[in-house]
Amino acid sequence: MSAGDDYDDRPSAVLVSGDQGGFAEWLHVRLVRARLGWAAPFVLWLVGRFSGKGMVIAIPYTFLFVFFLVPFLIVLKISFSETALAIPPYTDLVEILDDGFDYYLTFKLNLINYWTVLSEDTYVRAYLNSAKIAAISTALCLLIGFPMAYAMARASESIRPMLLMLVILPFWTSFLIRVYAWIVILKTEGGLLNTMLIALGIIPPDEPLRILSTEWAMYIGIVYSYLPFMVLPLYANLEKMDLSLLEAAADLGCRPTKAFWSITVPLAMPGVIAGCFLVFIPAVGEYVIPELMVGDNVRVIGRKLFTDFASERNWPLASAVSVILLAILVVPIVLFQRQQARLQEAGQ
Amino acid sequence: MTKGLTKINLVALTFGFAFLYIPILILVFFSFNESRLVNVWGGFSLKWYGELFRNDDLLGAAWVSLILAAATSTLSVVLGTVAGFVMARFTSFRGRTLFSGMIYAPLVMPEVITGLSLLLLFVSIDWGRGLGTMIIAHTSFCMSYVAVVVQSRLVSFDRSIEEAAQDLGATPFKTFFVITLPVIAPALVSGWLLSFTLSLDNVVITSFTSGPGWDTLPVKIFSAVKLGVKPEINALSTIMILIVAVGVVVASLIQKRAMVERQRAERLAAAANE
Repeated sequence: MSAGDDYDDRPSAVLVSGDQGGFAEWLHVRLVRARLGWAAPFVLWLVGRFSGKGMVIAIPYTFLFVFFLVPFLIVLKISFSETALAIPPYTDLVEILDDGFDYYLTFKLNLINYWTVLSEDTYVRAYLNSAKIAAISTALCLLIGFPMAYAMARASESIRPMLLMLVILPFWTSFLIRVYAWIVILKTEGGLLNTMLIALGIIPPDEPLRILSTEWAMYIGIVYSYLPFMVLPLYANLEKMDLSLLEAAADLGCRPTKAFWSITVPLAMPGVIAGCFLVFIPAVGEYVIPELMVGDNVRVIGRKLFTDFASERNWPLASAVSVILLAILVVPIVLFQRQQARLQEAGQ
Repeated sequence: MTKGLTKINLVALTFGFAFLYIPILILVFFSFNESRLVNVWGGFSLKWYGELFRNDDLLGAAWVSLILAAATSTLSVVLGTVAGFVMARFTSFRGRTLFSGMIYAPLVMPEVITGLSLLLLFVSIDWGRGLGTMIIAHTSFCMSYVAVVVQSRLVSFDRSIEEAAQDLGATPFKTFFVITLPVIAPALVSGWLLSFTLSLDNVVITSFTSGPGWDTLPVKIFSAVKLGVKPEINALSTIMILIVAVGVVVASLIQKRAMVERQRAERLAAAANE
């Protein structure tokens, strides 16, 4: 600090320890210049309490903790309460009873919601059905996405950025619009596909194809919406591959098909795994696609959860449904997180 | 190896891109249809665009969506950049596993779960639902995308220039703002744009966390589509697709120019060294 500056609150800077003095001093000058000198001691005390590194970590940590983790704990709590005609529409776990003489603190863990979910056939079937649909959709995404990503990665370097942009572009356009586009195409009465097939005489006019409102619509919707999530990690992986390995294999007499299966595919596994997680996990809980394209014919858990919450106004039941859904998905989520962390560290 | 596309690769690309683009192109094509029916071409017309601009309800919702998306992406870039920085630079601190879990989990978490849990949080702390709760809810998943983008940029970052700045007496904070931030700026721009589109598109988390009178455009479209196919929605979709396409092309041009300039600067620096 040079003499003659227009601040003299030096004692507060003493609170700041060690190597963070630079920032504290900078902050102090800024605060004083902004005529907020009165706030300086408090802010400096805060900075002094935590090291600079601690502060930097604390900002996003606190946000995610409060708005991502704590909400799950609240869901867990409410899943043990009962639905009630009140605002908010559930009972408290902890109640203070007053019988005129004494106060009693009661604590009730209600398991009825879990019992409902695990014993009722509709719920069990909805979970299984969602998992099945998500798994088949993931496989279909891989089937379409892998050849695409492979072809992109092996295309000449000059057109690769353009191909990449072409994959990303639909991902940036609204998901809702893309689902809507398929409704226009697949509608049974007056849909484009049926109009075309009837005009070409492939199907009789009185027997249009029923695709919307069936499981097929789920597969088309999910594969179409999530395909970029499969292609992008696969492309990132295949593009980095060392092609001299294939040349070495060819030199040693390995046929291209065999080289593909014994070199390219194993090396692409991290991309395959990342892509599969990115499609499978959100697809299990998908709500918009079943709501718009399928309706009541195919029961899936995301839609069941939303109906329990919105139409039935049974928040505790919806909470129990989502706790169980999360319990099912926690293993893939943790595996995904571990894999991503490992990939990032390998990059370092 | 830059040999041309083999036949099978060409088939894969053609099929893949046809699958991705034909539905979108059909949507755009029929937005100019005179007829109300989507399967009959009744001649070229802009009347659905006219209807759209007379629909105050949708325009109001579009305005809410834009404000929400702008606020969300700005907050997400601030928080996500710090989070990405923490992930890339602080490799060991207490609770890092939990932190990395909270960064990656929102990327795959089913939206119904995130939406319900945030709603229950807002209800239990008695926070009235409105624009504020929607911004918080959108930021809680958008910032993860920004964090991942920023983290991967920082991993491939040449740290020697940061070290040089610090050797010359810059504080860690000054180094971050003067050296690191300008270098990773393109990542922040793509993070902002990504958050903007994710926020502009969200239906599920918005329906859980929005209050009365704060309907966003996707929520309106969602309820309209539930009732059936409407040509106005085609017109609206076309406008949104056009905005996104222009945005993506402009962003990639800016990035390309920045890359060319950086390469020129590097060549100059290399020449000066000789």
